[in-house]
Amino acid sequence: MNDMPKIEQATDMTDSKISANKVQVYYGDTHAIKDVDIEIQPRSVTAFIGPSGCGKSTFLRTINRMNDTLDICRVKGSIQIDGEDIYDPKVDPVQLRAKVGMVFQKPNPFPKSIYDNVAYGPRIHGLARNRAELDDIVASSLQKAGLWEEAKDRLDEPGTGMSGGQQQRLCIARAIAVSPEVILMDEPCSALDPIATAKVEELIDELRENYTIVIVTHSMQQAARVSQRTAFFHLGILVEEGPTQDIFTNPVDKRTQDYITGRFG
Amino acid sequence: MTDATLSPDGAKAPEKTSAQPRSLYATDELTKKRNASEKRFQAYGIAAIGAGLFFLVVLAYSIISEGIPAFTRTVLTVEFTVTQEQFDDAESQLFKTRAYEVVFTEAMSTQFQQKNIQVPFDVAAIERIVGKPGSTIREFYRANPDQLGQPVAFELAASSRVDGYMNGRLTRDNITDSRFLQKSDLDLVDVLVESGIIQTVFNWPFITGADSGVDNPGGAGIGASVVGSFFMMLVVLFLSLPIGVAASIYLEEFAPQNKFTDLIEVNISNLAAVPSIVFGILGLAVFIQFMHLPQSAPIVGGLVLTLMTLPTIIISTRASLKAVPPSIRDAALGVGASKMQAVFHHVLPLAMPGILTGTIIGLAQALGETAPLLLIGMVGFVARGYPDGFVSGFMDPNSAMPAQIYTWAARSDFAFYEKAWGGIIVLLIFLLSMNILAIILRRRFERRW
Repeated sequence: MNDMPKIEQATDMTDSKISANKVQVYYGDTHAIKDVDIEIQPRSVTAFIGPSGCGKSTFLRTINRMNDTLDICRVKGSIQIDGEDIYDPKVDPVQLRAKVGMVFQKPNPFPKSIYDNVAYGPRIHGLARNRAELDDIVASSLQKAGLWEEAKDRLDEPGTGMSGGQQQRLCIARAIAVSPEVILMDEPCSALDPIATAKVEELIDELRENYTIVIVTHSMQQAARVSQRTAFFHLGILVEEGPTQDIFTNPVDKRTQDYITGRFG
Repeated sequence: MTDATLSPDGAKAPEKTSAQPRSLYATDELTKKRNASEKRFQAYGIAAIGAGLFFLVVLAYSIISEGIPAFTRTVLTVEFTVTQEQFDDAESQLFKTRAYEVVFTEAMSTQFQQKNIQVPFDVAAIERIVGKPGSTIREFYRANPDQLGQPVAFELAASSRVDGYMNGRLTRDNITDSRFLQKSDLDLVDVLVESGIIQTVFNWPFITGADSGVDNPGGAGIGASVVGSFFMMLVVLFLSLPIGVAASIYLEEFAPQNKFTDLIEVNISNLAAVPSIVFGILGLAVFIQFMHLPQSAPIVGGLVLTLMTLPTIIISTRASLKAVPPSIRDAALGVGASKMQAVFHHVLPLAMPGILTGTIIGLAQALGETAPLLLIGMVGFVARGYPDGFVSGFMDPNSAMPAQIYTWAARSDFAFYEKAWGGIIVLLIFLLSMNILAIILRRRFERRW
């Protein structure tokens, strides 16, 4: 797994944040992801598009090893972040997930106060030495997530009492609070209305300055709006990957063209 | 519900194209049939609930009406003086308590004569009315010799037949003359009731006391077995809750899914259905004969009942862990919590209400369990020297409420039958207070998401 030549590792470090090489994912006997090779650029938004069941979410979840929680799921090949193989036995998935945060399809705040939702990550990772530092982290995370103005007066109220869009931004703030380098988003807007979606998209665009973002989306318009690069998955295969502009205007593969023109999917 | 709201529109919409639009006012045959069957089903439900309520009321009525007499007792309130000479004299005799009884009955006859009681009576009649006052009086004066020579107010228990007469169990019609009570004694009882000497008072000794011998139903109390049950419940709670919750968290959240864990799961479900007597004989073999724990001790009872309660707690805990939405686990893991942190910080608090419900169901089952206690000797036990050094802990012999009730119900004297019903009331109150505690705890743990 870790037999990649040293030189290639070095180039990976300068070129891309995440580098996947011949990744295979199996669910029991099902071969869900086949031979995926992809380089994901730092401080940019990469969108994964494709029809339902094409494996884009599955691949996203291999990047922070969320699939480990499923007994039947096996991953082969290598995924490197900053040149380090995340499936190396030395890697603790808990540490990996602090570096690679995740936002889920359905807003899933903890049934706790807004403050505790954001403070949970820093607390378990020991990022704050005292209450004042924790307050700062919570405030700056909420600010970065564009939620500060709405939440600052109700930090003690339960996070579950907010609207869907606010909850999703709270989840983004919660992910930011542990200062990750990569944020994975699994269809973050699929449960939101257009206005909340617009806000989250705006936020994603701002976050691009500091984080490497990988977003799975069903909406091609969304991919076109927020991402710099787009990868099209179909039946577990990465069909095509390139600058978003090119994928949407000038796809190389016929399947990509059929999908973005709405012939299937 | 959904098809009820949908069916009119859904049925109508495609019809629009046909020539004759169907009226919504006319109910068609199929809808009528459906509505009728729905009504019938509701009627069945109401009938079932009604039957349940009826039986509940009957049960509650019979328990309360039969059990209430156990909470009252008949006493003779008398003032009575023993002089130093009488004390010395009585202590020098061979049958000392008998000597006190002679002194007592003589004093009573003089008192009754002073009160102008015209009914003929003799010393023997007084003896029959009063239980056996000798030992009570003797113990009092031996403990308080300074009270000799002054009048002391005694509250002496009446015999169980008088008790039965007072609470309506015995009447003049069904009484038979015996050495215990004669028909003529009832006249004296009536007069004594009128003059306020015989009174019915609340039976504190029943609540606080220990079981008595078969010949003294009046002195039987359930207090000792309440304490025994309480100690057993403590053992059950402190063993089965942590073990059960730990086992279910491991099985539900950590254990790999394979044949071995499947086997364990099947076995836990089967254990929940094992008859309790089997656990009793296991407890006898393992805890008493092999581990040499004391017989009749609440610790052994608690251990046996823990084995019985564990499957219930494990099954309900696993169900409530399963009911916590997986998105909460994902959220915790997503910010880099370890699996254990995710479980203990987020999943377990959300599952707590369900766990508490399961625990209380398990404890309630254990509280009412009699069969295993029969085998480990927590039954048919008559306390000696209660309360000194008796029900003081987990290792001392004791009984438990259901076993005590069983013992009483099996005794021949009708007065014990009444005690059994009274014991059931105490058992239900104990259960109710346990449930209330669980509800309060549930409320505190309940959180919305």
